[in-house]
Amino acid sequence: MKDLRTIHVLINGMSYQRTIETRMTLADFIRHECGLTGTHVGCEHGVCGACTIHLNGEAVRSCIMFAVQADGAEVTTVEGLASPDGKYHPIQQAFKNNNGLQCGFCTPGMLMTCSAFLREYSNPSEREVREVISGNICRCTGYQGIVNATLEAAAAIRKGGL
Amino acid sequence: MGARNVGAAVQRLEDDRLLRGQGRYVDDIHVHGELAVAFVRSSEAHARIISVDTSAAVALQGVIGVFTLADLGGLTLKPMILANPSPLIRHPITQHVLAQDEVCYVGQTIAVVVAENRYVAEDAAQLVQVEYEVLPAVVDARQARDPLSPPVHQKFSDNLAAKVSWKFGDVDGVFSKAPYVFRESYFQHRGVPHSMECRGALAQYDQQADQITLWTSTQSPFLVRRFIAQFLERDESSIRVVAPDVGGGFGPKAAHYPEELLLVVLALKLKRPVKWTEDRLEHFLATTQQRDQWWDVEVACEADGKVLGIRGLCVHDNGAFLPYGLLLCMTTVVPFPGSYAIGSIDITLDCMFTNAVPTTPIRGAGRPNATFIIERSMDSVARNLGLDRTTVRRRNYVQKHQFPYPTGAKLPNGIAVQYDSGDYEKCLEMVLEACDYTNFETRRAEAARHGKWRGLGVVSYNEDCGLPPYEGATVKVLPSGKLCVELGSCAQGQGLETIAAQIAADQFGLTVNDVVVKLGDTNSPALALSTVGSRVAATAGPSIHLAALQVREKALKVAASQFEVSEKDLYIDAGIVFVKGLPDRNVSLGELSKRLHASVGVLLPMGFTPGLEATAYHTPERAVYSNGSNAVELEVDIETGEVRLMNYWVAHDCGTVLNPALVDGQVIGGVVHGIGNALFEHMKYDQSTGQPVTTNLGEYLMPLATEMPKISVDHMESPSPVNVLGVKGAGEGGTIPAIACIISGIEDALKPLGVVIKEFPLSPERLLELIDEARTATAA
Repeated sequence: MKDLRTIHVLINGMSYQRTIETRMTLADFIRHECGLTGTHVGCEHGVCGACTIHLNGEAVRSCIMFAVQADGAEVTTVEGLASPDGKYHPIQQAFKNNNGLQCGFCTPGMLMTCSAFLREYSNPSEREVREVISGNICRCTGYQGIVNATLEAAAAIRKGGL
Repeated sequence: MGARNVGAAVQRLEDDRLLRGQGRYVDDIHVHGELAVAFVRSSEAHARIISVDTSAAVALQGVIGVFTLADLGGLTLKPMILANPSPLIRHPITQHVLAQDEVCYVGQTIAVVVAENRYVAEDAAQLVQVEYEVLPAVVDARQARDPLSPPVHQKFSDNLAAKVSWKFGDVDGVFSKAPYVFRESYFQHRGVPHSMECRGALAQYDQQADQITLWTSTQSPFLVRRFIAQFLERDESSIRVVAPDVGGGFGPKAAHYPEELLLVVLALKLKRPVKWTEDRLEHFLATTQQRDQWWDVEVACEADGKVLGIRGLCVHDNGAFLPYGLLLCMTTVVPFPGSYAIGSIDITLDCMFTNAVPTTPIRGAGRPNATFIIERSMDSVARNLGLDRTTVRRRNYVQKHQFPYPTGAKLPNGIAVQYDSGDYEKCLEMVLEACDYTNFETRRAEAARHGKWRGLGVVSYNEDCGLPPYEGATVKVLPSGKLCVELGSCAQGQGLETIAAQIAADQFGLTVNDVVVKLGDTNSPALALSTVGSRVAATAGPSIHLAALQVREKALKVAASQFEVSEKDLYIDAGIVFVKGLPDRNVSLGELSKRLHASVGVLLPMGFTPGLEATAYHTPERAVYSNGSNAVELEVDIETGEVRLMNYWVAHDCGTVLNPALVDGQVIGGVVHGIGNALFEHMKYDQSTGQPVTTNLGEYLMPLATEMPKISVDHMESPSPVNVLGVKGAGEGGTIPAIACIISGIEDALKPLGVVIKEFPLSPERLLELIDEARTATAA
């Protein structure tokens, strides 16, 4: 028998109520139930970081959480990173300026990891940036553009705020 | 004229959608009524299938069907099409879309489940009972070569898939007379591709139109269509293959796979759309890899380090089937003699079947392997003769004045190998200056005072890229005035949309934002083959240029007839054709396009054919040759075996640089892939059972940001005479030399201990063993 539960999650400021199987991962819920396909699934075992989202403000891996665990939570995905008028978050602009992406598949997870980090650490060293993205795998860029982008975004945030 | 786009670090057209989470990868595409697919895969490396019981799976609620090969029947009962057939292949064996009666690697498809959703499909796959008679498995290529080895396939008495030879010059003469001959044995291993997006496909069949559409995460939509058409005996016109956004390729997505074919078969059978998204475990088990090579190499040289000849044998682990012919093997032998004017080469490669997932090229294909052998040989000559590594390389480079340089080798198609252009020594000079080679010994000594073992690696490489015969391009001026470039070629992150727009925009004084680029669809009017082998910039690039020139010429002709002037009196800026000196007399490209589209009863401009568009093909006969030199500075901790990479420098020559920011991205990403191969990535199999034992990203180590050094790239431009843009390839030139460079640096750091390194990947444990062995040998 299917074990069903009705949950309610606020994603990017929009309310989503769905009745789902309890075994559904949060990543699948976001992607397939809510149609927000910007969150990517790269390994389904919590290593690659492509599925990283913000859950109540913290960067977490949505592939190793069940959707029911997010019942009542506030979630931000990559689609909610830019402001409502479409203006990039500084980390998005910095990724564009620094060629921080190629195929784009790891990008949403990278952006969510880095944006959560920059909220707490606005003046990181290069080493700290490398540490914080060491849980996100990118096969394309060699990370250098991502590191440069995160440092540039930090500088932009220090200068102008979010 | 507007700003020139080619050569500028233009920002990418691709980025906006990808940064906003609006990319469209296969798994993001949904069609109404789609069903989910999961596969039952072999749990044994080699076995006879006694029975497959699908009854429990079929009975599960939500399951639409469970199929074995016998259930599908008909056209599926034959093996898959062999890509790139060759007379050298002794056993041209491809797999069936589902195993028939024998499985030859863990992960081989045995049955397929279709269900309402993926969760149910996976549940059902677990319920399928496969009874095996387990057969002996062999996963070590050397063991497979032993006449007493168990067969990888029961129907063959030996495991030699093919013997490949690459021979030219007076090899015997050179080796019999050379004052020095040095012999070494090497082991090389490259692993799993690991694009961050795994494979995946969605197949839809429109019964009324008798049309199949396959969205697939591929590097080769046109080839996938060709193989589906051949396999299913259908017209190519009834099949459309689309590569949407693809989350990395790195080679293995250029092959065609049983899963893609099966989805089409199921869509036809069930008349419902079906989707399969590979998970990471399946990527380890069923996506093609590159694995082991065992080499015995001899180098003949003079006392001054001039290399006269290289000969050797490579035993190559091919895996269980030959989906891709011998391309990986060929790219292992064809690069010889690399950057060097070595007149005598004799390399034999024994391509061995093993009970492991098949191999096909990964970023660089066999070239990193060949470069490792060539560069290790250069270091061996330097070490044995007591010469500086850079001196040995300088004595052997193909010199600038020798281009075009015929190596003496001939490709299987009869075309002589000829390096087109370059200045190999200059690239070495650039990298030596960048890494401050002159003062390295001071830095080594300083580090040694702090108990650190510092080393410097220096290597060179060249690479055949832009392989013939074509990637076509269509350039159109739409009636809206927008410029549109349509390519059949597809991209996996390289920035092809951007460079296509740059090349086309330059002919019309436009910016890249005025250009719409469409990629990766067999509905494109321009034919294409495959985004592999650092070839698309050097094949599609010139095609785009040629098509844009034709469109420009037609626009000028139409405008000239309108203004009753000569074409020479016209110029184009910002998409508008002006009469020189009379700026009021002008017409936009959009207006010209509208006139050339005309309407019923409205005549076309006199003497012109409809439309303002052209399709063009650059059809080279030869490859172009990128080259470069790399250096790395690193420290080895001889207590833990840890290698700390401090700085990495690249001097890179890919001819005309279309977009320096994009080339930097390709090179830096490529270097990191090579670093992964050198130090981290190892796809391990249990030798007795053939079971893969590194099947998640915790056990199989990918390069991470924390271990990567700062990588600096300098460009040198030796335009290729082979194409009108002078462009060469950049996709693999980072990876190809990087492994040899890292290993060279580690060996250099441990030089005082007498450690010689003849293998990769080099784990800390293995490095400690080598250090211990060297110390024991010294003590003895």
